[in-house]
Amino acid sequence: MHGLINRAIQAFVASTYGEERWVTVMDLAGLGFTEFEAMLTYTDEQSEQMLAAMERVLERPLPEILEDLGTFLVSNPQVEALRRLLRFGGVNYVEFLHSLDDLPDRARLAVADLHLPPLELVEQAPGQFDLICQPGLPGYGSVMMGVLRAMGDDYGDLVILDHSGEKGDAEVISITLVESDFAEGRAFDLGAHSL
Amino acid sequence: MISLQDLSAIADGLCPMHALVDASGRLQSVGPTLRKLRPDLDWEGKRFFRIFDLSRPRSARSIEDLIQTAGAKLHLQFRDAPQTSLKGVLVPLPEGQGALINLSFGISVLEAVRDYDLTSADFSPTDLTIEMLYLVEAKSAAMEASRQLNLRLQGAKIAAEEQAFTDTLTGLKNRRAMDHILGRLISRGTDFAVMHIDLDFFKAVNDTLGHAAGDAVLQNVAKVMVECTRQSDTVARVGGDEFVILLENVRQPKVLEALANRLIARMEEPVPFGGHLCKISASAGTTLSIWNKHPLKAADLVHQADVALYAAKHAGRSRHCFYHSGMEEEELAGQ
Repeated sequence: MHGLINRAIQAFVASTYGEERWVTVMDLAGLGFTEFEAMLTYTDEQSEQMLAAMERVLERPLPEILEDLGTFLVSNPQVEALRRLLRFGGVNYVEFLHSLDDLPDRARLAVADLHLPPLELVEQAPGQFDLICQPGLPGYGSVMMGVLRAMGDDYGDLVILDHSGEKGDAEVISITLVESDFAEGRAFDLGAHSL
Repeated sequence: MISLQDLSAIADGLCPMHALVDASGRLQSVGPTLRKLRPDLDWEGKRFFRIFDLSRPRSARSIEDLIQTAGAKLHLQFRDAPQTSLKGVLVPLPEGQGALINLSFGISVLEAVRDYDLTSADFSPTDLTIEMLYLVEAKSAAMEASRQLNLRLQGAKIAAEEQAFTDTLTGLKNRRAMDHILGRLISRGTDFAVMHIDLDFFKAVNDTLGHAAGDAVLQNVAKVMVECTRQSDTVARVGGDEFVILLENVRQPKVLEALANRLIARMEEPVPFGGHLCKISASAGTTLSIWNKHPLKAADLVHQADVALYAAKHAGRSRHCFYHSGMEEEELAGQ
């Protein structure tokens, strides 16, 4: 699994539960190190050991933790860069949802060896969507749930999400857009990034 | 035949940074994004050249010249600050009605987006500017992560080099390792000898046959020293052509004398390199721990071996001397 993903999990655990809990997780995982490097690649086994250890140390079901991770990725100032990259997807939530089809390609444009499984958005009715998350990354659907929820807040839209099970090997998230401009979203300034 | 108003409305939708000029070079209308760059400017009726400075092609000075550039790439900038540079292309309107000029930011888009507070809605959906901004940010973030990794790796490399105990050219121990092992021998209380060896005529090999020949000689010398000593002894390269051998459990000068002579003899065997024979020799000086009062000091032992080595050098090189007390004064007197 790419170092960026492992590193994101590390940042989430360390900032939500504290550095010490993260060290405990990595001690239990027994990988021989405590810090993941964002620009290196780790084996799936290493990541799975870390995730299993995290579930035990935090004493919460993994899907729940991963959903929080997804929210963290969008809403935490530490990872503002990622939120900005997601916001480039569209000027409103629906446009953003449609941009998810391109997300794996966008990710690969940024980091050539970062492979995310395909995402497919199906519009069931106006304001009603299914997001199909293809297999390949354990917990992908859970993380996306958190991302979608936090992006709803980011755009100021009221969104109801439901992990509606599996379709073949894929996970399906159903998305209902209840109200656009429900709340004041967060500003997105194209030129805010300092070079 | 569509009217200029219709054309302007169509252009607003497709190219929001367009300008329509009439045959006299006066602006008829401009697209919404272009207007946003100078919101207080009353565009209509202004001369195109009054607002923009055309830097390329330079020859175009009048509206007639400008229309002649049809299809070519235009480089221009605002006359007032911020003098954002723009790229453009002109298409003449039929029947000499003027021209439609479409503009874009080109590479200045990064500053423009900031200077004018532009949003996605200011760019046509087919315009790749937003994708480009995305890429710039994504790549900067990725580069920053890589840069951090490189910094950490470089730090780790320097730390590893500082902690290294091996001389990379010869594979022998280095001075750091020698100091470390000498300290251990002293604290363990075993009897040992310190032999300091310096190559003779090595500089000549380096100067006449080059550094590669010098390296070959050093590697051969290292091999000889390892072969002539026991596993438990420590052979270290402590300088360019200086070596120290620490020999454990040695009390007999006789044994050391024989070893030193064997080493010197083997080192004197010419080393073939690139069609030449490299000839060197060596001088050596030795001291024994049993000749010193306790507590032993590492620096004293190294110094004694050093003094003995220089006695060997002064006695004509290619030989071995033992240290004895008072040797320092003799050496000074002899100089």
